[in-house]
Amino acid sequence: MNVYLDHAATSPMPAEVIEAYVSALAVVGNPSSIHTQGQTAKRMLEEAREAVAAAVGAEPIEVTFTSGGTEAINLALKGLWWARTSAVIEPVEIHGTVSTRSTSSTVSTRSTTGRRILSTRAEHHATIDALEWLERHEGAVIEWIPVDSLGRIDLVALEAALGPDVALVTTLWSNNEVGTVQPVAEIVALAAAHGVPVHADAVSALGQLPIDFAASGLAALSISAHKIGGPVGTGALVTARSTVVEPLLHGGGQQRFRSGTQDAAGAHAFGVAAEHASGDLAGHAAHLTQLRDHLIAGIRGAVPSAVLRGDPSDRVPGNAHFTFPGCEGDSLLFLLDAAGFSVSTGSACQAGVPEASHVLLAMGLSEPEARGALRFTLGNSTTVEELDALIAALPDAVTRARSAGLA
Amino acid sequence: MRVLAAMSGGVDSAVAAARAVDAGHDVVGVHLALSRNPGTLRTGARGCCTIEDSMDAQRAANIIGIPYYVWDFSERFKADVVDDFVAEYSAGRTPNPCMRCNERIKFAALLEKALALGFDAVATGHYATIVTADDGSRELHRAAAWAKDQSYVLGVLTADQLAHAMFPLGATPSKAEVRAEAAARGFALASKPDSHDICFIPDGDTRGWLADKVGAEPGAILDRSGAVLGTHEGAAAFTVGQRKGINVGHPTPDGRPRFVLEVRPSTNEVVVGPKEALALRELAGARFSWAGRAPDDATTEFACEVQVRAHADPVPATALVSTSSTTGDDELVVTPTDPIIGVAPGQTAVLYVGTRVLGQFTIDRTVSAVPQTSLVE
Repeated sequence: MNVYLDHAATSPMPAEVIEAYVSALAVVGNPSSIHTQGQTAKRMLEEAREAVAAAVGAEPIEVTFTSGGTEAINLALKGLWWARTSAVIEPVEIHGTVSTRSTSSTVSTRSTTGRRILSTRAEHHATIDALEWLERHEGAVIEWIPVDSLGRIDLVALEAALGPDVALVTTLWSNNEVGTVQPVAEIVALAAAHGVPVHADAVSALGQLPIDFAASGLAALSISAHKIGGPVGTGALVTARSTVVEPLLHGGGQQRFRSGTQDAAGAHAFGVAAEHASGDLAGHAAHLTQLRDHLIAGIRGAVPSAVLRGDPSDRVPGNAHFTFPGCEGDSLLFLLDAAGFSVSTGSACQAGVPEASHVLLAMGLSEPEARGALRFTLGNSTTVEELDALIAALPDAVTRARSAGLA
Repeated sequence: MRVLAAMSGGVDSAVAAARAVDAGHDVVGVHLALSRNPGTLRTGARGCCTIEDSMDAQRAANIIGIPYYVWDFSERFKADVVDDFVAEYSAGRTPNPCMRCNERIKFAALLEKALALGFDAVATGHYATIVTADDGSRELHRAAAWAKDQSYVLGVLTADQLAHAMFPLGATPSKAEVRAEAAARGFALASKPDSHDICFIPDGDTRGWLADKVGAEPGAILDRSGAVLGTHEGAAAFTVGQRKGINVGHPTPDGRPRFVLEVRPSTNEVVVGPKEALALRELAGARFSWAGRAPDDATTEFACEVQVRAHADPVPATALVSTSSTTGDDELVVTPTDPIIGVAPGQTAVLYVGTRVLGQFTIDRTVSAVPQTSLVE
């Protein structure tokens, strides 16, 4: 038996998405080609853009397909930063010919803003590392707004830090490790008072929570296909019509802010997965919530010392996150894996080296507390029987892991 | 048995893991993350726990067909091996970090965790042999390949540790055979260069690395009478027996080279003298352990061979445990048949009888074979 409880890492592709993906791979044609086959591919691509846009309450023109969540987040943060702070050289017309000149009279700054960026230490690494890069290479000043013990941003501190000299604010829609939902509407309202654009990383929220981009007031929103059963390697940055971002990738100009031949098949599969996920989102979320609460109650009963992390109720439906005092998360992961349960310690870096979660540390946990973390994330395929089997296997794993101690 | 194969990403540990599977054991591969900030890719020399090493280990585990995990021992490694190495050097001693790693990480922290998680043994790619004696006790012996023999750095293992250790490469005649087997098994790492020296000093520049950690202040170079011969750039960079790097500006009266005889960190002094003054007639240490079965009566002098470095030849000696007249503690006292040279405090001496490792001690006291007055300084 293998029980897959790591849907937040990547969610299995439903049969209908696999079928759609495979048949789309057989479609010949570059969407940018002018001939009929190119137009067929283009139609498939644009229908996918419409499906993805509809799933998040956006206009199709606002959807830029990317290679995934990480690229979307990098494009949003660096692109917004450059658009808001860089001097650009604009073409000027001299005696009927177009030329570029870098004299002071032709250099204009699109917007004069300060160099501060506001975010939290509980963000995904795609955000934290991109911001630290901007700090090192572009002179950005990052101000890390505290999060509370549930992982929620401190709105009072955010309000105090905001001002007209802030270039942008970036926040998770929901935390990818502990599941806490962020007050996105309040964040946007506070930032809007100073005319500051807000980006939201909604990678772990997509397919779990209702997302209405138009109503959100966000400048930009990042999503990824494989977290909802689409293919890995496809994602999107949703940007409001009024939002300008500088591209990361230059070339053929296939999309507003991104060059590169478009992956029509990947987009098609993303579109089908998005329709699938948003079709009965409320029903799906209610089902997941019921399963999750069953799991949380079961774990608390089986291992009374386990501590639920993140907001007990205002969390993504498919996420249950616990710390097990005195246990090393990787010991628990190993024992559960050997017993047939695929779970996560909540963080994974490139070498696969387990480290205490930066999210839990940001929430104020000590390093020993943070090291005993396990994240269980549920999906469509999850059954009550699977969860009961996990609950039954946990006490023995915890006993063994505790005897192995904190290395 | 349920066997945890420690896989560094090198040739030896990969073949050892595969052989454990062939022997019918239920094997899981584990890579020890020993550094919090691994370099992204190897550069010239082999360091430890780069991301590339972890990936190499994982690819070998894939081919063998065993599960693979990375366990973080970086804090323990830093405290028990790296910091210990720096502290020992700062105190004027010459430690062996591989030995510390075996003693405190691989066959302590890792083994304890493995046993707690349900494993029966830890297998490594060390070249050494475990022999089960007639009484059922386990003995540690040299590897069949003497050129690769690593029994010296395993000399710290106790009976309990040996009971749960497995060295699948012990009987292999040579390293070439292990490489050939790795290639035949399809491991991409078959042609990977050997690691050597100290894994956490990737460029091999131990002195430069130590100078950064320990700090270096100029101090005096003395002869055995206490006369100042010159100055040095930092005592911690010197090791007993060292010849290079003693720049006192003028030769000895008889033109013979000078050697480091003693390093005194408290006064930042280095004592130098002729080679004969390095000769010792007695080595002793209070930190000793027996590998497997202890001698029936260690307080009575027994014959053995003593080896003082990983690649030194063993020399005949006698040994016994006696009570130190100065500290009152038990110490292991070894008398080489002929005086032994080039031994620094902090070094480990391993005792053998034939191929069998008897035990080991950290040298903390030595007795010179030559009285000072008989030497021309």
